[in-house]
Amino acid sequence: MLMTARERLAREIKALAEKHGHARAALIPIVQEIKHKYRKVDDFAMQVIADQLGIHPVEVYSVVSFYAFLGSQASGKFIIRLCRTISCDMQGKERVMRQMENDLGIKFGETTSDGKFSLEWANCMGMCDQGPAMLVNEKIYTHVTPEKVHEILEECRRSFGVHATEQKEVYLV
Amino acid sequence: MSPLPTFSSMAPEAGLDRALALSRPDIIEEVKQSGLKGRGGAGFPTGMKWNFAAAAQADEKFIICNADEGEPGTFKDRVILQDHADLVFEGMTIAGKAVNAQEGIVFLRGEYTYLRPQLEAALAKRRKKGLLGKDILGSGLDFDIRIFMGAGAYICGEETALIEALEGFRGEPRNRPPFPVNTGFLGRPSVVNNVETLACAACIMQRGAAWWKAMGTEKSTGFKVFSISGDCGKPGVYEFPMGITVAQLLQEVAGVGAKAVQVGGASGLCIPASQFSRAIAFEDIPTGGSIIVFGQHRDMLDVLHNFLEFFVDESCGQCTPCRLGNGKLLEGVELLKEGKCSMAYLQELCALGDTMQIASKCGLGQSSPSAFLSVVKNFREELMGRTYSQV
Amino acid sequence: MSHTTILDTGSRAPKSQQSLSVPRSGSDEAIGGTVTASINGQDVKVPLGTTILAAAQKVGIRIPTLCHHPDLCVAGVCRVCVVEVEGQRTLQAACAFPITSPIKVLTHTQKVRQTRRHVIDLLLSEHYGECYACGRNNNCELQSLAKEYGVDFFRFGHPDKPKFEIDRSSYSVIRDNDKCVLCRRCVRTCIDLQEVGTIEVAGRSDKSYITTFKDKPLGEVVCINCGQCINRCPTGALRANDPTDEVWAAIDDPRKHVVIQTAPSPRAAIGECFGLPPGEPLTFELNTALRLCGFDRIFDTNFTADLTIIEEGTELILRLYKALVAKDPDIALPQFTSCSPGWVKYLEHFYAQYIPNLSSAKSPQQMFGAVIKTYYAEKHGIDPKDIVTVALMPCSAKKFECNRSEMDDSGFKDVDYGLTTRELAKMISEAGLELPKLPKSDFDAPFGTATGSGVIFGATGGVMEAALRTVIELVTGAKVENLFEKANIIPVRGFEGVKYVELPITQVGPVPDILKHLVPDWEWLKGATLKVAVAHGTANARKVMEDIKAGGKFSQCHFIEFMGCPGGCIGGGGQPIPTSPEIRSARAKAIYAEDAGYEVRKSHENPDVVTIYKEFLTDGPCGHKSHKLLHTRYVARGKYIE
Repeated sequence: MLMTARERLAREIKALAEKHGHARAALIPIVQEIKHKYRKVDDFAMQVIADQLGIHPVEVYSVVSFYAFLGSQASGKFIIRLCRTISCDMQGKERVMRQMENDLGIKFGETTSDGKFSLEWANCMGMCDQGPAMLVNEKIYTHVTPEKVHEILEECRRSFGVHATEQKEVYLV
Repeated sequence: MSPLPTFSSMAPEAGLDRALALSRPDIIEEVKQSGLKGRGGAGFPTGMKWNFAAAAQADEKFIICNADEGEPGTFKDRVILQDHADLVFEGMTIAGKAVNAQEGIVFLRGEYTYLRPQLEAALAKRRKKGLLGKDILGSGLDFDIRIFMGAGAYICGEETALIEALEGFRGEPRNRPPFPVNTGFLGRPSVVNNVETLACAACIMQRGAAWWKAMGTEKSTGFKVFSISGDCGKPGVYEFPMGITVAQLLQEVAGVGAKAVQVGGASGLCIPASQFSRAIAFEDIPTGGSIIVFGQHRDMLDVLHNFLEFFVDESCGQCTPCRLGNGKLLEGVELLKEGKCSMAYLQELCALGDTMQIASKCGLGQSSPSAFLSVVKNFREELMGRTYSQV
Repeated sequence: MSHTTILDTGSRAPKSQQSLSVPRSGSDEAIGGTVTASINGQDVKVPLGTTILAAAQKVGIRIPTLCHHPDLCVAGVCRVCVVEVEGQRTLQAACAFPITSPIKVLTHTQKVRQTRRHVIDLLLSEHYGECYACGRNNNCELQSLAKEYGVDFFRFGHPDKPKFEIDRSSYSVIRDNDKCVLCRRCVRTCIDLQEVGTIEVAGRSDKSYITTFKDKPLGEVVCINCGQCINRCPTGALRANDPTDEVWAAIDDPRKHVVIQTAPSPRAAIGECFGLPPGEPLTFELNTALRLCGFDRIFDTNFTADLTIIEEGTELILRLYKALVAKDPDIALPQFTSCSPGWVKYLEHFYAQYIPNLSSAKSPQQMFGAVIKTYYAEKHGIDPKDIVTVALMPCSAKKFECNRSEMDDSGFKDVDYGLTTRELAKMISEAGLELPKLPKSDFDAPFGTATGSGVIFGATGGVMEAALRTVIELVTGAKVENLFEKANIIPVRGFEGVKYVELPITQVGPVPDILKHLVPDWEWLKGATLKVAVAHGTANARKVMEDIKAGGKFSQCHFIEFMGCPGGCIGGGGQPIPTSPEIRSARAKAIYAEDAGYEVRKSHENPDVVTIYKEFLTDGPCGHKSHKLLHTRYVARGKYIE
């Protein structure tokens, strides 16, 4: 049977509400799963989530916009989050940033035109003794140097080739 | 190889075994006797917290493990969870028995998502071993633990903000009172303890309050796990007794000769070299374990700039002093850097910092000006060089 | 006869914004006992859990507030009300701190004063605009605070350009975030008090702001235009869409015949805009003022309120007849009132499947518009295209209502402009008039006679009372005074969120002439029990609707009055600012006092109403002509938006 993307999304959210419950406490876990899978929580998804939890869509929007990981506009297959807090800052995050922008041809807060990479800042990610640190999706990289940037990006590109558009859903399911 | 020798030396589940054999009041008494204070930074006596929650009347209670470690310069909870997760879960189970809670929730920060698989595996293993679930080790205790992922908000380290997030709201701290031990998650009594606190509680159950009290100072008992970073030879996680002086600590981490040390993260105090003989303990310089070493070449205004940018980004924004005050302090630092800040305005900003400390709704806004105020106080000459009076 | 009240079943507001479980006020014998606190050295005995703010009020000590509002749950976010509590390292928010032990409080130490000044300075550093270019000049809580705390310069700067675009997309409510102080009263109003959920806080930290779903224009999202947010906004960040310039232009245009109708609630409240205490109606002074402003005719909305009762009452009788006698399964019962445009839109969004239950009768405002541009125009030989109809309403949703595309049954836009109480007060001031000092004068014919029934439409339960007065008399043939002393149907009055009343019909009379073409007799009603309910504020409406959905006792009702605003129209979004339970109660008292003073107190006895059915609506209530002019249809809007 043919199903529109919306119908499929609505069905998926309903299933998530069954799994996490229809109480408001299920809001963040549901949003996290949708965000993880689709890289965004669009207007329609927010309204279905609100409906499932018996709250208003604007409340979903309010919560999503509060949390850095939920409200993020980054839509790349690989979301690179570089730590900008003190210890990583003192260990040279500025140079890593510049190299990253040079190699990808985008600025922080942007996504490459092929949709593969997004660059974002992150606040302290708890790798202060091994900085500069960064997360690529959920994977952590430490002691990042400008020279290592290229290597890390290549690693992403390679895994991208193998897994095509498939996202590994090991952590959130 | 874990850098935490005491945690490593613990016999698995010995603390839990003992707790299961003890009565609730006896467990709480043991923790009270130890003098253990919260390891997240605020230093609230753990035994007292458990006691409040135990005394609260409710059908349902919760033990919440605060693994939303986000204070700049802090990463010890990550190491504890990586190397000693079982000790943390053991501590949660003991707390569950102590306050009669049925459910434990680990609030794991989103940045540590990569830890989740191994934590889930550890939980599954515990369930299999009968250390979680119904009738734990035949003791009649029912207790299980689930993991809730944070979504990127420093403020959720504040216990009531954390609970708001668990309930599906913006992580905005609540008015206190009421306190979570009475009205916590879903309005039920909830104990929110730091990762390290729970691990320490498990150790205390195993070795006894006297063992713990033998370490540290009178008012700050036991050892503390420190996260050391910045300009030092050996950054990383360390276990030191409470009361260690800054100078001793620098010796251990190859940071001798530092210009200043930030104790307690961005929200902590900036200690100049002249005060390195001070002790790190609740009665002197309190800390959640974050130590950032600044070498002689560091510009303290750059440091402040970084801290304040952090707070401007991470304030939840609900109360006026914190929402707008941090921005004003940041602007002030920028003016100082450009040499455009008048003395009068600097004094005004310090007064604003004082206001934030007493008028903000939660610990974030109450502590975010600390670094600014201590840098202005301790490094005045460094800032003054760039300040000209123009009133 | 019996009546019950539904208790509050808890709030959906964020926990952080809910009041504590201990009652806010109440008798000293409250459960849990009392506690004595010392405030500035003065001892005060209060129920356990009373806030410092309330305790201070009790001994006449005023603590300044900004985010606190008597209608709303605790927020504790602005930090203006901070006080020193002995033994506490930090200052405490008086509005949020419950007294549970004998504490010592100091309310204006140097520390406290400096803190408050800093908070005000910080707010002003983000508050764009100048006071003299603001609609809330002289009625702004931020301005008052700045004055009280002696702000004479901008300590932390002042913005020189706006950060936000003003949202003018709604017919009713204009949002100007540059004047917002993030007290979140509007959010608590919209989500908690009204449970509409149009606005929330988005973003974090100094980038947080009040917004709609996905920052869409207010006119495009689910908003019922009730304007309750406006009434509670301490600054000019929320205001009504003000058409006074257009109204003045119409007055100034000699070709235009400008007619204004005034509703009872604004008349009971407009004095507040001129410094009078709440509860002093200026109905007849207002007529003089309007004439002096240049309006050509001044009519009393009560006339169409009475007409509404006839039409809506007849519709109810018809529904009951078809359902009970003809056993028509398609008849929707209970019938819901439709005079509150906020409620109507609420239902269209959230309970669209119940649209058939809404009375098809237009609201009094819209009936008046239609009657003026037809009957009145005809009778007085005025071309309806030259008539401009203005409605003075306590309501911001009326602005939306008059712009609904269905509302043109006269062949023209039935009502051209809806004015709020505040806007008309401004026009009167502009005309240099001191309203309270003006002589009294009457309404104009032919709609000058009103009844007490029309007046009480303004308070929650009023429409029901008016309807009952008429229905009881038409059906039983007996005087309502015989059943209820002085025709005051007390059980439907008062501010309880939901009221439920049962009225057994023990006797029936002859069918009056006006209804003879519709029902042959009343025998089918004999022995029946009429079940009615009254709900005000959409949060209460929601409770009733959920009960109906679940097949609860309200689904067995025959007629339910719903008002969108807390307290009914007297608490409308167009009323003078501020609002509080006490203010609304004073306004309601004024309205019931006015009702008691009327010679004619029942809609069906209004001679002008009798005349219009004789002269114009000749096929009677719910007849063909009244259906065309006085009834309307609704739109199933739903909750989802694109």
